[in-house]
Amino acid sequence: MSSNIRYKSRIPVKTGEETAEEKQYVGFATLPNQVHRKSVKKGFDFTLMVAGESGMGKSTLVNSLFLTDLYKERKLLNAEERINQTVEIIKHTVDIEEKGVKLKLTIVDTPGFGDAVNNNECWKPITDYIDQQFEQYFRDESGLNRKNIQDNRVHCCLYFIPPFGHGLRPVDVEFMKALHEKVNIIPLIAKADCLTPNEIKKLKDRIREEIDKFGIKVYQFPECDSDEDEEFKQLDKELKECTPFAVIGSNTVVEARGQRVRGRLYPWGIVEVENQSHCDFVKLRNMLIRSHMHDLKDVTCDVHYENYRAQCIQEMTSKLAQDNRMESPIPILPLSTPDVETEKLIKLKDEELKRMQEMLNKMQQQMHDKEQ
Amino acid sequence: MSESAKPHHPSPQVKGEKTHASDFSYVGIDAILEQMRRKAMKQGFELNIMVVGQSGLGKSTLMNTLFKSKVSRKSVQPNPEERIPKTIEIKSISHDIEEKGVRMKLTVIDTPGFGDHINNENCWQPIMKFINDQYEAYLQEEININRKKRIPDSRVHCCIYFIPPTGHCLRPLDVEFMRRLSKVVNIVPVIAKADTLTLEERDFFKQTIREELRANGIDVYPQKEFDEDADDRMINDKIREMIPFAVVGSDQEYQVNGKRILGRKTKWGTIEVENIGHCEFAYLRDLLIRTHMQNIKDITGSIHYETYRVRRLNESNAHFKSQPSDQPAVQPKANGQPEVKPSAPQANGVAAKHEVMSHEM
Repeated sequence: MSSNIRYKSRIPVKTGEETAEEKQYVGFATLPNQVHRKSVKKGFDFTLMVAGESGMGKSTLVNSLFLTDLYKERKLLNAEERINQTVEIIKHTVDIEEKGVKLKLTIVDTPGFGDAVNNNECWKPITDYIDQQFEQYFRDESGLNRKNIQDNRVHCCLYFIPPFGHGLRPVDVEFMKALHEKVNIIPLIAKADCLTPNEIKKLKDRIREEIDKFGIKVYQFPECDSDEDEEFKQLDKELKECTPFAVIGSNTVVEARGQRVRGRLYPWGIVEVENQSHCDFVKLRNMLIRSHMHDLKDVTCDVHYENYRAQCIQEMTSKLAQDNRMESPIPILPLSTPDVETEKLIKLKDEELKRMQEMLNKMQQQMHDKEQ
Repeated sequence: MSESAKPHHPSPQVKGEKTHASDFSYVGIDAILEQMRRKAMKQGFELNIMVVGQSGLGKSTLMNTLFKSKVSRKSVQPNPEERIPKTIEIKSISHDIEEKGVRMKLTVIDTPGFGDHINNENCWQPIMKFINDQYEAYLQEEININRKKRIPDSRVHCCIYFIPPTGHCLRPLDVEFMRRLSKVVNIVPVIAKADTLTLEERDFFKQTIREELRANGIDVYPQKEFDEDADDRMINDKIREMIPFAVVGSDQEYQVNGKRILGRKTKWGTIEVENIGHCEFAYLRDLLIRTHMQNIKDITGSIHYETYRVRRLNESNAHFKSQPSDQPAVQPKANGQPEVKPSAPQANGVAAKHEVMSHEM
C-alpha cells in the first residue's frame, strides 16, 4: 500500500521538503495494518461442523483440508453396535500456525447421523448443540465480565450428500431445512470419484434445482464489489456456478505424472485431489480457508446469531409481559454455568503455560548461544 | 469297465460320435443327456431375479449390463422420473431373451423406495410379502387336482442386495434385511458402485462384511449347508471367499486399446466393467448365469419353497384338525391364521382367495 510506504519512510529521517499532498496526510489509512497486526497476535478461531452419513469420507476430507490427522484414535463401530447408536456430538480442537498466523480450529463431528434404520429427527441433537452454543454466547455477551468471551458458535456446516442417489434424499432435505436458519450450510457431493463428468453435472443441476424447490437457504457467496478486477470477478463467478462442490479427499501420497501428489490409486488411473479437472477440492479449500472464512464468521455473527438473539429476547419479553413485571428488555442473565467457567480458566492457564514455555525456550537458546 | 472305450464323463455326446458305438458294450444310456438338452431347449428356461437396494446404486444399470440388453424397469418406462415413491413398490418386468437357440424368460423384480425414506422400519415387509405370495401362488397350482403340465414359475430365484460402498461396514438396515430374507430366498450381496473404493479399501470392506454376516448368522448364497459333495464344497468355498462381489455396471461402450468394451470414462481413466483387474462384475455374471443358475433355481425349488410348503400345510392341518369336517384329505384352507375365518374350498380342490400370513422372522 503506497500510504504505508509513505508512513514508514517518514519515521526515520525528517527531510525538509514536504509536498502539498503529504501535508494533507493524516495517517489513518494505516488502520487496516494495525488491525492486522493485532489480530495476528490474538489469533483466529473457526468452528466447522461436518455432517453426513458414515462412510462419506468426512474425516478424510477434513484431514485433507487442514493437513492434519485429527482422527487417529477413532474406533469405528460395527453394524451390531450401530443398531443402538444415537447421534453424538464430538469436538476435536487443533491449533494450526502458518506464517505467524495462529488458527484455533474446532471440528464438530456428528457420528451416527443418518445411520439408523429409523432416522426420524436424527438432526435434533445437532440443532440442540448449535442452539446451546448461541445461548452460551448470548449469556456471555450479556454478562458482566466480557473480556474473554469464548466464541464456540458454529461458523459453518459442511453437509455431505452421497453421490449414489439421484439428487437430494428426504433425510437431506429435512436436515438442511432444520438447520439453514441456524448455521451456514455448504452442501458437498461426497466421494465424487465414482461419477463421470456428465453425471456430476447432472447431479449438481438436480441438487441446485431441488434446493430452490424446497426453499433451502444454503450459504451464498457475497457479491463482488464492482471495483474488483476482472480476474477476481471471473473466479467468483466460476465458484458460484460450481456449487455444490464435488469433492474427493485423500491422505495418501501417490506418484502421478512424475510428481508426488495426494490422491487415490486405482487400477484404472490415479485421482488427484488437488487437480481441478478431477474434483472441486481446491475450490472448496480456497473458498473455505483462503477467501471466505471471515465472511462465514461474519454471517454467523450478523445473521444467524442475531436471529437467535432476537427470538430469544422476544420469548423472554413475552414471558415477562405475561408475568406483569416491568423490567428492561435486556435483563441481566444469571452467571454462566460452572462448566463454562472452568473451561475459560483452563484456556487462560493454557495460554500462560504457553507463554512460560516460550520464555524458557528463549532462555535456553540464549544459554546455548553463550556456550558457543 | 475297461471294455467301454469311453469313460463316464458327463459331457453330452454329439450325434456324430454315435459311430463310436460299434463297441459291443456300448448301450447308449448317456444319450439321455442329449435328449434332455434338446427338450430343455425347446421348453426354454425361466429366471426371476429381484434387485433390492437404495435408489441410485446402479441396480437397473447392472441388470442391463448382466444381460446385455435393456431389461430393467427404467428402460421400459417411456419417461422414467427418478422420484422416490412414498411406499415401497414392487415392479416386475419380464423379457424373453434368446442366445444360441436357448430361450429364457427373464423377470426382473425391482423394489423402488427401499431404504430411501427417513424412517425405514419394516421396509422389508412388502418384499417378504411378495416373495411369499409367489410361493403361495405356486403352491395353489401344485395342489390343484387338474394341474397344468408346466406350472408357471414366478418364484423369486435370487435376490441381489446392493450394499452402498461406504468402506466401513454394513449398516443396521442391511443387517436387518439380510437376516430376515436369507431364510426365504437366495441372497447374493454385491458392493454397488465399487469404482469408489481402492483395492485395499475394497478388500478391507469385504472382510468386514463377511465377518459381520458370520457374526449375525446370515447365510447368503452359496449356503454352506446345501453343498452336496466335496467338489461342490470346494468350488463354493472359493466363491465364499470372494463375496460380496464389488461390481461396476455400465451400458455404454468405449474404445480401449482398439477394442470396444463396456465401461465408465472419467478424467483419470476408463473403468472396464468386464476386466477382473478393475471390478468383479465378471465373477458375478459367471456365478449367476454361466455356472450356478441351475443350482440357484434348484435351491429355491427344493429348499426354500419346500420349507414354505411344509409350514403352510402344517398350519392348515392344525386349523383343519380343530374343525371337524368331512372334506377329503389335505385341502389347505385359504388361510393359516389361528382364528376361525370363513373359507370355502370348492369342489375342484382349489381353495378360494387366500390371505397372506404374517410371519416375522
